[in-house]
Amino acid sequence: MTENTLNSEVKNSDTIDNDATNNKEITIEFKNVNKWYGDFHALKDINLKVHKGERIVICGPSGSGKSTLIRCINHLEEIQEGRIYIDQQELAGSEKQIDNVCREVGMVFQQFNLFPHMTILENLCLAPVWANKLPQIEAEKIALKHLHRVGIGDQADKYPGQLSGGQQQRVAIARALCMSPKILLFDEPTSALDPEMIKEVLDVMVELAESGITMICVTHEMGFAQSVADRVIFMDVGEIIEEKAPYEFFNNPEMDRTQKFLEQILSN
Amino acid sequence: MTNPTIFVPKPDREAPAQAKGFLHWLKHHVFNGWFNSALALSLIAIIVLTVPQVIQWAFIKATWVGDSANCKTSPDGACWSFIAAKFRVLMVGVYPAAESWRGIVGALVLAILIITTITNHLKGKVLIVAWLLLPVFGYWIIGGGFGLNEVDQSSWGGLMLSVLLALVGIIVSIPLGIVLALGRFSGSPITKSLCIGFIETVRGVPLITILFMSSVMMPLFLPPGFIIDNMLRIQTGMIFFSAAYVAEVVRGGLQALPKGQFEAASSLGINYPKTLYLIVLPQALRHVLPPLIGRCISMFKNTSLVIIVGLLDFLGMIKSASLDSEWLGFETEAYVFGAVVYFSICYSLSRYGAHLEKSDPVLQK
Ligand SMILES: Nc1ncnc2c1ncn2[C@@H]1O[C@H](COP(=O)(O)OP(=O)(O)OP(=O)(O)O)[C@@H](O)[C@H]1O
Ligand SMILES: [Mg+2]
Repeated sequence: MTENTLNSEVKNSDTIDNDATNNKEITIEFKNVNKWYGDFHALKDINLKVHKGERIVICGPSGSGKSTLIRCINHLEEIQEGRIYIDQQELAGSEKQIDNVCREVGMVFQQFNLFPHMTILENLCLAPVWANKLPQIEAEKIALKHLHRVGIGDQADKYPGQLSGGQQQRVAIARALCMSPKILLFDEPTSALDPEMIKEVLDVMVELAESGITMICVTHEMGFAQSVADRVIFMDVGEIIEEKAPYEFFNNPEMDRTQKFLEQILSN
Repeated sequence: MTNPTIFVPKPDREAPAQAKGFLHWLKHHVFNGWFNSALALSLIAIIVLTVPQVIQWAFIKATWVGDSANCKTSPDGACWSFIAAKFRVLMVGVYPAAESWRGIVGALVLAILIITTITNHLKGKVLIVAWLLLPVFGYWIIGGGFGLNEVDQSSWGGLMLSVLLALVGIIVSIPLGIVLALGRFSGSPITKSLCIGFIETVRGVPLITILFMSSVMMPLFLPPGFIIDNMLRIQTGMIFFSAAYVAEVVRGGLQALPKGQFEAASSLGINYPKTLYLIVLPQALRHVLPPLIGRCISMFKNTSLVIIVGLLDFLGMIKSASLDSEWLGFETEAYVFGAVVYFSICYSLSRYGAHLEKSDPVLQK
């Protein structure tokens, strides 16, 4: 992508940003969150508020704690200090309470993590049927709806291994959608894909972003950040170093660390 | 802008003639290099020298009907009438003749179960439940009770006993082994060390020792008045032995599962027990199918050790039949027959395992 296309879409996303931050309720809140892996301090004093319907892109160098941060939101990682609230409910307490809070959060992984022993349709119906006690027929209806939405309604009876990477990732998105989450987390959803498949996944994500769901997305797709994000968060060594609207972020980065990172990533 | 040149792919051509055909294959796969050629030639020599003799003995000069006197007239040929005369004993031992039909019914039920399984007519839960009920059915149809005459265990024997011990051992030890394997991954240190302790102890001891312990020593440790009969004790010993190995096999499958599978399940709100049942075990078991089939095969062969603790299984019956004074000198036939039966069963199992592996869309990558 070139600098030109980046800038042309900036105005649009800037106005959305103001909307989202000023008027809407807070969906996710990090209060002084710290996390260690053994002795390794992976997240340092994270404070973050995400508003309802906001689209956030997190970027930063490898090992900076991006995955760790978003994995805390659905309790794939435990934190040692601080609090995380989702829809005003703290992500703490008994396993059941935590499960209830996490129910609002869906996640899409870099490696898709589809269940290879089940057909696409079974992948999608599994959680609605077993965790939400939905009747099979209803679950299938919803599943097919979402499969069509991501453009692969005709692959329902195949196994994940028979699909391309881009198709698998779209199935993974549909699978997350079947639980009707209010928040969707993406951890580098396009990094494991061949270049020609990145676009088909990004298109689905753009369509989702327009639907008003809260999205937090770790990605190095700067074009996506420019056109879709309300806010870009830059992390390094376990800290949030900079957070800005995309236009500001790409054109007036404040910190030297951010500038260096952007130079590197936009140069190739 | 100029019009783009349109790319036209070249049509496929047939492969050159010398790349095909039997001779080409021989040249490139069998006689490629002096080592393989020597190997192939020695193999041909061995076949040419032995196979005609075997055919002479087993078919051309063999005696198929009559009594031992008939056989003695053709000493260079096999005496298959010996097998025919001893067939009942080899199959069911000294099981009462009036109740022999029960062995046949048992075999029929097993055959139906096998056929419906390999033809995919039984699927999912029904299939699993049917196989899990088989041990109970087996002990009932052979042992009696609940409407059937009781048949004393001392008269159970032959191939029927081997199959019973092996089937029950395998069927019960697989769920037990799975539980042990899961226990190894448990968060509770007590569960974990109990499971590891059991697995390592059993694996550190030969099966014969376990059979001895269950047959001879277990009664000494049981509380007074609490009696388990010999057959069940030996069966229990075999189940424990097999379970320890199944647990190790399953553990491999569990470890091979990517962490992402657990994470995906958790992020979909599927709790841990359901994750195990719906996602972890189906995948782990698929991947350990070949070694699991291998365990079944060795379990079946292992049953021949029960002769040590006084049960007359198939091999035991072969041995005792060849000691019959009327048929002395035909033990070769008996053991050849035994080998053919063992081989057919084990080889079929192994082929079925390979077929499962090949036909499973999930294992195709
Ligand atoms: N399970 C773990 N045990 C120990 N250290 C870990 C673990 N997971 C992550 N880390 C460390 O924590 C740091 C942050 O990891 P994280 O995966 O969040 O980085 P990231 O920003 O997502 O990087 P990448 O772009 O490579 O995915 C890294 O230094 C990593 O080595
Ligand atoms: Mg990461």
